[in-house]
Amino acid sequence: MQSLRPFSVLLSVVASLALAGAALAADLATLVGNLTSGGLSEREAAITALAASGEERAAPILEALAAGQLYVRTSDKVAVIGKADGNRLALVDAISGSPAGNAVEADLERVRVNNRLRGTIEAAVGSLTLMSPNAKVRLSAAESLFKRRDPAALPALDQALAAEKDPRIKRAMTEARAAVVLATADAPAAQKLAAIGVLRDRADRDSLGVLNAAASAASDAEVKAAALAAAGSIEQTLAAWQMAQNVWYGISLGSVLLLAAIGLAITFGTMGVINMAHGEMVMLGAYTTFVVQEVIRTSAPHLFDVSLAIALPLAFVVSGAIGILIERTIIRFLYGRPLDTLLATWGLSLVLQQAVRSIFGSSNREVGAPSWMSGAFQLGQLNITYGRLWIVVFSLVVFAALILILRKTPLGLYMRAVTQNRPMASAVGIRTPRVDALTFGLGSGIAGLAGVALSQIDNVSPNLGQGYIIDSFMVVVFGGVGNLFGTLIGALTLGVVNKFLEPYAGAVLGKILVLVFIIMFIQRRPRGLFALKGRSVE
Amino acid sequence: MITRFLWQGMDRNLRLFVLLILAVGISLPLANLILAATNPAHVPSWVLQLVGKYLCYALLALAVDLVWGFCGILSLGHGAFFALGGYCMGMYLMRQIGSRGVYGNPILPDFMVFLNYKELPWFWHGFNHFWFAAIMVVLVPSVLAFALGWFAFRSRVTGVYLSIITQAMTFALMLAFFRNDMGLGGNNGLTDFKDILGYSVQADGTRAALFFASSVALALGLIISAAVVGSRFGKALTAVRDAESRMRFLGYRVEGFKLFVFVLSAAMAGVAGALYVPQIGIINPGEFAPGNSIEAVLWVAVGGRGTLIGPIIGAVLVNFGKTWLTGALPEVWLFALGALFIVVTLLLPKGIVGLWGQMKSRSQSRKARAPA
Repeated sequence: MQSLRPFSVLLSVVASLALAGAALAADLATLVGNLTSGGLSEREAAITALAASGEERAAPILEALAAGQLYVRTSDKVAVIGKADGNRLALVDAISGSPAGNAVEADLERVRVNNRLRGTIEAAVGSLTLMSPNAKVRLSAAESLFKRRDPAALPALDQALAAEKDPRIKRAMTEARAAVVLATADAPAAQKLAAIGVLRDRADRDSLGVLNAAASAASDAEVKAAALAAAGSIEQTLAAWQMAQNVWYGISLGSVLLLAAIGLAITFGTMGVINMAHGEMVMLGAYTTFVVQEVIRTSAPHLFDVSLAIALPLAFVVSGAIGILIERTIIRFLYGRPLDTLLATWGLSLVLQQAVRSIFGSSNREVGAPSWMSGAFQLGQLNITYGRLWIVVFSLVVFAALILILRKTPLGLYMRAVTQNRPMASAVGIRTPRVDALTFGLGSGIAGLAGVALSQIDNVSPNLGQGYIIDSFMVVVFGGVGNLFGTLIGALTLGVVNKFLEPYAGAVLGKILVLVFIIMFIQRRPRGLFALKGRSVE
Repeated sequence: MITRFLWQGMDRNLRLFVLLILAVGISLPLANLILAATNPAHVPSWVLQLVGKYLCYALLALAVDLVWGFCGILSLGHGAFFALGGYCMGMYLMRQIGSRGVYGNPILPDFMVFLNYKELPWFWHGFNHFWFAAIMVVLVPSVLAFALGWFAFRSRVTGVYLSIITQAMTFALMLAFFRNDMGLGGNNGLTDFKDILGYSVQADGTRAALFFASSVALALGLIISAAVVGSRFGKALTAVRDAESRMRFLGYRVEGFKLFVFVLSAAMAGVAGALYVPQIGIINPGEFAPGNSIEAVLWVAVGGRGTLIGPIIGAVLVNFGKTWLTGALPEVWLFALGALFIVVTLLLPKGIVGLWGQMKSRSQSRKARAPA
């Protein structure tokens, strides 16, 4: 701050000149005329006068001047702004802002500036934009002032504040003013205390920085104490937001785990089939998305935004059909031999991986995000991307749909009956082999749906599924086998725990700790968090 | 006396098989060392290295079979015990490099110098002695197996749950060993070995000796397994496999049986890993990959679970097939491996040895029928 003092004194002179100039209220043409004629020292006065006018065109003109793009056309002495366009310059009339043809540089005379003038222009534009009729410009000016904390801007800021109607911008200006006041060494203590109050209410990382700087620079004990107290309270608020952000990341990771595990909760949880090829069903879903997008790209590009909606049913059908095929040809011979099922489906996963690798190649395939899934928004201090939000929503929808299928449809009824008592279900006329195949198909189809979602956040490669298989089993076992709500809670818990460990232990160690935790947990409760009770367990 | 006890614990086939292993263990290195390269019976060094690798895999398969075939515990984490034994040996070999590394640091291995370690991490101390490393090769996998087994068996984690836990264990270890902070070489692992017991690991004589040591280890493993399986203890073990609850109701402490055999098996896997590393010349975290452990289970399934000779035959055959296929038709290998998993579990639940037994009993019954 010390080294900036001479500079800020200069700027305050400039700013007071600007206020004086506002009274003159000369019209824009005269102001611009003053700007383009005369020597460098007159030009400085013209800049401040123009800035003080509050004219809408003042900011673009001054910016062009600083960038060396303000010219006077030699033929008619009209001030123009020229931007390079090939060999020629595209011209805009400086005063009206309308296009004014084009010209070569030889026909124009540049209005020259030096470094000192550039500094003047910068300060002038800063205060000018505070008065701009465009709300967005005013807001960004206030925000940039908050970061610059330039004491010289205080008078302009006060003026703008008095005129401001929009409450949001008014708040931003008040906060900027508070930051400026705190950065001004000789401001009265009462003002500083008020400023500290304003910043405490703002409560973000920037105001924390301002307060800490103010606390270390403050000579007044009362101000210092207030600044420190406010900084402390902001730190607490920030910690709470940080925690909320971690919870969100955790939920986001948990929803991914839920998607990957939910199909497994059907095949492993209710049928007791250890399907090691489950991850490959997810992978097939992701590749279905890829194929759908490829077809859309080549034949119907306007459908790209609905490509995922098209891919969802297809992925369900592809993975589900392959699941039924697997059940009919391999798994049905292995019922009652879980360890053999495990080995056979592992072999199957190798075959499927290699098949996909032979067809699509082993490199990652690009699956694009539709426009409604890209971007992010701010909720308080949470940064939430649309892609993640949709995946959370999608996983919950899939979960709800699955619960409905199990509880409200005939297939769900048969499935539960076969799970609970196979011989009795068979005796009352349920075709158990068919129900087995359909159940396995349902679980696999849901894995395919998961693949569509995961194609948005993970690399679509033949190894996609392998990364999820162990996690999925962990979720199902942790939540309690045969209990869908257990899977939901297990997935979210593991996701949140993982994200809370990450800042302390790092991503890899955090994952290791979670694995170790689950291994220990299974020792304590071998049947998971929400174990089914009763004889069917053994 | 103990030797006689061990020897008598085996049937005739097994004794012949042990002798066969030892004969291979002696004749191949001799054919490599003594015969001239032009002699048609000469065994090139790379063949020796390859077969030596198979012998280590065979010992690993035997270890898996001991818990799975005879006690019904399907461990999907034996690759972790194998790799841990390998890392212990690798640490010894790293310390033997001394100042011959790229950075020439007499104490710190190259990767530590590279990662700015100032001094040796505590767990590296002692590994400059062979005897210490040799103890650790057995001790580290055993202790891990004991800790895991102690908790798992006591809380009656069985069947697929145990399989999943062991898989999670090896997965967690893989992630841990990939970390550079672990102080074990990160994803590059340990390599660039120079000496073992003062002899260069590259020399033909050392390779021959390592090969012989592997065959002796395999033969010993076979003898010990046969003694365990053939004893009264082994009968109880098989009973636990077939009807665990009933054994518990009869008053047996099932956990004890399982724990003993699990720890023994882990120690065998560790020894296999320790012999594997100096012959291959590298150990890295990839050895912990869950797929490796499952592949070891496949060797057992192919050869025949619940038999002692089966896993050895399975390990050698499958790995021979792998070497051949990955060289000749690399794309086909995973198809073949996957198909093997499916075919063996669906059609050959008792493996090749079981198939042999089936054919024999069928021909015997045909013979018995023939006179009538």
